[in-house]
Amino acid sequence: MSGTVRRSAGGSGVVRGSVKERARIALKDDFLRGAVRYTTEKLRGGRKAAALEQGRWEEWRERGRSIRLHTIAHLDYYLKQFADNARTGGAHVHFAASGADAVRITLDIARSAGARTVVKSKSMLSEEVHINEALEAAGIESVETDLGEYIIQLAGEAPSHIIIPAIHKNRAQIAELLSKEAGAQLPPDTKALAGFARRRLREKFLSADIGMTGCNFAVAETGSIVVFENEGNARMVSTVPRIHIALMGMERIVPTWEDLEVMATLLPRSATGQKLTVYMSGITGPRRDGDGDGPEEMHVIIVDNGRSLQLGDPEFQDLLHCIRCGACLNACPVYRHIGGHAYGSTYSGPIGAVLTPALNRNVAEWDDIANASSLCGACWEACPVKIPLHDMLVYLRRKKVERGRKNTWEAAAMKGFRVVMSNRKRLEAALALARIGQIPLVRDGAIRAKIGPLKGWTAYRHAPSLAARPFRASWEELRRGLAQTAAPKKAEALQKLERFARSRQPEGRDSQ
Amino acid sequence: MKVSLFITCLCDAVYPRVGEAMAKVLARCGVEAEFPAVQTCCGQPAFNSGYWPEAAASAETLLEAFHDSDFVVAPSGSCCGMIHHYYPKLFENDPEKRERAERLAEKTYEFTQFLVNVLDIEDLGAVFPHKVTYHPSCHGSRLLGVREEPMKLLSGVRGLELVPLPHAEDCCGFGGTFAVKMSDISGAMVMEKTDHVLETEAEVLTGLDMGCLMNISGHLRYRGGPVRVMHLAELLEEGMAAAERPTMAGSERLGGDRL
Repeated sequence: MSGTVRRSAGGSGVVRGSVKERARIALKDDFLRGAVRYTTEKLRGGRKAAALEQGRWEEWRERGRSIRLHTIAHLDYYLKQFADNARTGGAHVHFAASGADAVRITLDIARSAGARTVVKSKSMLSEEVHINEALEAAGIESVETDLGEYIIQLAGEAPSHIIIPAIHKNRAQIAELLSKEAGAQLPPDTKALAGFARRRLREKFLSADIGMTGCNFAVAETGSIVVFENEGNARMVSTVPRIHIALMGMERIVPTWEDLEVMATLLPRSATGQKLTVYMSGITGPRRDGDGDGPEEMHVIIVDNGRSLQLGDPEFQDLLHCIRCGACLNACPVYRHIGGHAYGSTYSGPIGAVLTPALNRNVAEWDDIANASSLCGACWEACPVKIPLHDMLVYLRRKKVERGRKNTWEAAAMKGFRVVMSNRKRLEAALALARIGQIPLVRDGAIRAKIGPLKGWTAYRHAPSLAARPFRASWEELRRGLAQTAAPKKAEALQKLERFARSRQPEGRDSQ
Repeated sequence: MKVSLFITCLCDAVYPRVGEAMAKVLARCGVEAEFPAVQTCCGQPAFNSGYWPEAAASAETLLEAFHDSDFVVAPSGSCCGMIHHYYPKLFENDPEKRERAERLAEKTYEFTQFLVNVLDIEDLGAVFPHKVTYHPSCHGSRLLGVREEPMKLLSGVRGLELVPLPHAEDCCGFGGTFAVKMSDISGAMVMEKTDHVLETEAEVLTGLDMGCLMNISGHLRYRGGPVRVMHLAELLEEGMAAAERPTMAGSERLGGDRL
């Protein structure tokens, strides 16, 4: 499938071409669209039901937002507190400024342990820094153990959804992939397929030298990492192998366990509609004396990789509030039609469209992604911590224009817009001209011609023609008739308006 | 009390009948509005594309047009949303204009907000014996919070059967320049929207934003869907006029003027 994002060793994981081209491929893929539509609808329905059942959802969102706002505003303080406490608990804490640093630290740990096999639970950060490719290049086997991640690893693809990495694959496609791995034909039956994966992965858990997890939240007050999952694989990964490495985005912090409770209320409900994930593990340091299981060594790698660029930016700092629930993807009508790979990067959907250029500091190269949104605001509405992604998309577009990365025809059109719209006389003249200009194009009051800048519109719709007389031309005539219509209720309306105007008057402000 | 019409560039140039309907409904409610001709456009096409100085040049015509108005009423949740949500940001580096922009936002109302929240009117006495479905436009409902107002007005119309639109809250794919720049994605979105509209078997689709309605009706005409698309102001005006004609009230003759 040419529209999918391939994993590439040492590469940026970025696919070439424009989002427009990638979207066109996705839009022709009925399997993909059917699979993505089916699952996102289930998830967003689940989110709404769970929010309703929880009750007072707006207050929960506001609480979540305030916790994130506070934490990110004092990130330096809480990061130090977390690192100090994690070290006290026996963990090794590393700071990685870049993705490459995170990879280097991981490889150093693996090499000094003489590791041959790594088992991984799901981690978007590991996708972001392309850890699998690096491990494999170093001769170390790396096995994804989350079922969805396992499937796309077998397919050699990148995840197309933050929560459901193989959302774009249907059961038949998955059966084909797993059959190839099994060396025998498996039926396209969920139980049989999951059964095969479970048997195969069990061997890996028991033989691996290192287990790698992500980190949904890091609790500063005790130096603990918290992992949410549904399959139990993260618990295996973090307890069976001798060494546990947790990759943690530097913004994953919450100050206290009490704050975590709010996040634990928001995250699963927003992600999948679950009240709680099947497993929620809080891990503080490696195995202690008397513990039944657990690794001998625990490492936490705290990764920046572009995150700190957002600190202090009034327009983009809120990006660091994200808790990676994927609700914005499920709510997004664009994502529903084109899937995740069309976004061309590790993070897809509305959050990906903003996060990718922000983390990479290359707004200009990523300009077309910010355009892949109708700015409908469904992402903002679904976000459990109220990140205004629709606003950020507009800010990104502005940055692109300010840095001179303009589309030529659009820049010319906007110049024209300014000339016409900054003065009513010019608007009136332009309307008069356009009414004459459209004559050859109009049939039955509509324009169907697929030419010039109209093409994008008329490829899917008829365009209306300009009115014979604009509103401004008929106003005087209309106004004379309206005075008579308004007369009977005029006094009553005036009274209401005056009362209303008084009630909205902010205190201390003059009326004029 | 000076009530001014912000007609929006789209209704001015393409759908003047919507502006006329709005002015007539307001007049029937006793409000004699005025139209400052200095106004052009809220600036959204430029603003959303990242061209802020161009947007500001257009937005300034609104600051000027409505500087002495007590109320500004517009037939668009999107253009009102632009004023409320983005004008303070657009003019953030100019304290004087920012102040004027904030004042404008305080007194700007979407058409149904003005009727229901300011004038406290829910029942206009309109008669419209048709099966109607309603598309809640994204900016009106999400940026401006207009959700209940149109429902109240619609439930006050005699004879009107309101059929819920499946997945009503999903964007129709308009998004201004998005529809042209990302036309394939936009096309897929509007196809899904019109599928849902046709599923309702409604005779009329109504809403509060001509941008979205232009998109949906454009695609309906393209695919040949037999649905009449009207702004709620048009529907209410037609219903109020019908109620005033005694022989017409509740009669089937209203059905004759379907497009």
